[in-house]
Amino acid sequence: MITTKVIILFISVLAGFLGSLLGLGGGIIITPALTLMLGIDIKYAIGASIISVIATSSGSAIAYLKDRITNVRVGMFLEIATTTGALTGAFLAGLFSTKYLYLIFGLLLLYSAISMFNKRKQELPKDISPSPLAEKLKLSGAYYDKVLSETVEYNVTGVYGGFGMMYAAGIISGLLGIGSGIFKVMAMDSFMKLPMKVSTATSNFMIGVTAAASAGIYLSRGNINPGIAAPVALGVLLGASIGTKVMQRLKSSTLRLVFIPVLLYVSIEMIVKGVKL
Amino acid sequence: MKSKIEGTEIFISKILRIGVIVSALVIGFGLILLFATGKSGYPGSSFPTSPVDIFRGLAVLKPYAVILTGLLILIITPVFRVGISIFTFLKEKDYTYVIITAIVFVILIISFLLGKVE
Repeated sequence: MITTKVIILFISVLAGFLGSLLGLGGGIIITPALTLMLGIDIKYAIGASIISVIATSSGSAIAYLKDRITNVRVGMFLEIATTTGALTGAFLAGLFSTKYLYLIFGLLLLYSAISMFNKRKQELPKDISPSPLAEKLKLSGAYYDKVLSETVEYNVTGVYGGFGMMYAAGIISGLLGIGSGIFKVMAMDSFMKLPMKVSTATSNFMIGVTAAASAGIYLSRGNINPGIAAPVALGVLLGASIGTKVMQRLKSSTLRLVFIPVLLYVSIEMIVKGVKL
Repeated sequence: MKSKIEGTEIFISKILRIGVIVSALVIGFGLILLFATGKSGYPGSSFPTSPVDIFRGLAVLKPYAVILTGLLILIITPVFRVGISIFTFLKEKDYTYVIITAIVFVILIISFLLGKVE
């Protein structure tokens, strides 16, 4: 019993580390590791995954907020889109064939992996003038970049596109039960032209809120098995606190290089799932 | 203006830190209890799934109930964070964001309630 828990703990440290680095929940590591490696029932793996998302978010948000990398305004504003999206998704569940959803979103991720690859050398977005709505909502911000040793000021654009993308991200997390951190980072990076570090930190801030909204359902369904979720929570919290320290010492372009293979992996997995269904 | 935003962020991060540390301590304590007694406190592989049952088990220090209490604190923390943000934006007289944050908070509460009905 103890050995299994120690293995889960180690896997979770890794998930928390990668999750906090990239603004993802770590579910892409937790779920396959628990089901395929340890043979744990998928319903407990899903419950553990939702705990992992919340732990990654809270664990890393502490450091990122303190260092002011997270853009709280952007996060709160976009949270409207993701939470209403998640509600919409919950209502739509069963009406749609998820086959096409997997295919559409898989292709969308594949496309963004390619466009991210094309700008892999870019450290910071350049010459972005804020859109009128971004100005009205005071979305622009600044953070101190430890690698560049300078305060980076940035503007925000593409608010409507980013908001729409976030709504879609919310819908699919409600429909498919997958974390949408990857879509959140994409929306902020590709549509709103935020610096990569701000995108991943703000995504981290947001995923916990969206996940908490559905955690109650998972708890009452009996998906959150304390024997499995406890080592996951502790491991992820530890991993996330290491990840936040590492992230600040990485260049944005390095972060992008780590993000691209993860993006590719998830997109291919989604397309394969869509074809199989 | 900028210093006010920073004040909000630091305040939210303090709330988060307390929530995270308390939940980690409670979960850790539950795990130690589990290993020390070798019992989960519940028959077979069962465990409580409602807050009422969890707190009832916590009162008699059943290991699984202690762990679940810690997990509940972890789950509540982000919701609490959104709730607190309403007041910090209110203090800054940033009414646009008071409304935005309140909307998010209401949607969260609705999804909690819907989850119960389901």
